[in-house]
Amino acid sequence: MRFKDVFSIIGPPMVGPSSSHTAGAVRIGRAARQLLGEMPTHADIQFFGSFAETYQGHGTDLAIVAGLLDYDTDDLRIPRSIANAEEAGMTIVFGRGKGIFSHPNTARLTISANDKTVILTGVSIGGGNIEVVSVNEFIVKFTCIYPTLILSHEDRPGMIAEVTRIMMREGINIGSMCNDRKGRSGEAMTVLELDSAITRELMAELEAISTVREVAKIDFSERNGKGQ
Amino acid sequence: MRFRTIKQMVEICEQEGLTFGSLMLQEQAKQAGQSEDEQFAIMAKYYEIMKEAVHKGLTEDTTSRSGLVGLDAQRVQKRVTAGDASLGGDAGTAMAYALAVSEVNASMGRIIATPTAGSCGIIPGVFVSSQERFGWDDKHMTTGLFSAGAIGYVIANNSFVSGAEGGCQAEVGSAIGMAAGSLVELRGGTPAQAAHAVGLALKNTLGLICDPVGGLVEIPCIVRNGFGAVTALAAADMAMAGVRSVIPSDEVIQVMLEVGAAMPEKHRETAQGGLAQTPTGKQIMKKLYGKG
Repeated sequence: MRFKDVFSIIGPPMVGPSSSHTAGAVRIGRAARQLLGEMPTHADIQFFGSFAETYQGHGTDLAIVAGLLDYDTDDLRIPRSIANAEEAGMTIVFGRGKGIFSHPNTARLTISANDKTVILTGVSIGGGNIEVVSVNEFIVKFTCIYPTLILSHEDRPGMIAEVTRIMMREGINIGSMCNDRKGRSGEAMTVLELDSAITRELMAELEAISTVREVAKIDFSERNGKGQ
Repeated sequence: MRFRTIKQMVEICEQEGLTFGSLMLQEQAKQAGQSEDEQFAIMAKYYEIMKEAVHKGLTEDTTSRSGLVGLDAQRVQKRVTAGDASLGGDAGTAMAYALAVSEVNASMGRIIATPTAGSCGIIPGVFVSSQERFGWDDKHMTTGLFSAGAIGYVIANNSFVSGAEGGCQAEVGSAIGMAAGSLVELRGGTPAQAAHAVGLALKNTLGLICDPVGGLVEIPCIVRNGFGAVTALAAADMAMAGVRSVIPSDEVIQVMLEVGAAMPEKHRETAQGGLAQTPTGKQIMKKLYGKG
């Protein structure tokens, strides 16, 4: 079934005008913000396809920036997000993306703060639902519906077993998982969508694995997500 | 969920003495792994947001982000209040409220997607005006939203609810079917009557294309929400009077799928056809984006 429950029909609560061009765009921005871990001081936002054609009319620009401020889809500050972000010290550049893209509603964000940069490509697939399709040039696939762990690590044998062993011990169910690497024994990324919240202790334990470089999480339910 | 068709919903409700709304609440609680009270509380909050949107659209400036539309709900409401509406007061109020919520959406206000943002006015228009008229409490209305959600769940999983996939029939049409069937239940009709209301309503929007000017959720989306609320009232009345949808609603849903799949891409939310490509539509597009 494509639609699994009543709140995928009645909902989400959102600021208009478009579930795909506004609510979905907020979520793409928010995914990038949570990966960076703090408010970006610089944001380069490239729109592709229908996003590029109509982003001003739909407030897609305001929506993405609202996400970078960690606002939820129904936050009444969305129409003022760009002004709020600039006041908070964010410099923002919008552009029309070049090259191939996988979906008519695609945005590619390059955001940075304090020497750290996140490059994220997200697509808005309808009804406010999104898929993140690449992170820092790794090919990924996750929806941000579930608490999501993003591990940057070295490509070496036993790495995934070590991670899943910790999940098994903690009784955490993995709903879906994907990984990609830049080359054999090079840099790699593993993404896990989980059925339970991600604790600080769990992240610390994963960070302690010698070949793990960084652990980030995305969890939209933590502030004001759907179902609250 | 224990059902995937309207027919199955009617059968379960008749056997177990349930309504679409109470059945959906039970099934939703199981799906979410939470209590019925917890799931009910979420929906009750959504109903609050719907009422706020109606109020906002009738009292505040709703000029859309593009500046093309706004304040039509207030124009209509004025005529209804003056007793001049040809529709009469009750249907006129439902129409004004539906326009109000759609205008709030177009002006970047807060709404509940039902089932989408483009069709967000129809259910609040019908629900809030009927609540005022019949004096129902919020609990009754919240159960009604589960009923509307159950109908939408079946439509969405057997056909579609987005304009990009199936045209406006899938968005506005689905919302009308959801509002019509749930209004029958709110008024004490049987599950079988609610099912007929869904079928009757959906038949009336088959083939409706999605052709928004400039790709925006404004023209003609907002007025179609106003018309939609009135159609939902009409379908509920026919069904409660004993009018049957001779073609069962599940079969009408299949027709919507067939028609939507056959619809050319230019009529599925691309702004490449229909009203969007009229001389005036093109002019507006040029003004908005500097191209035709």
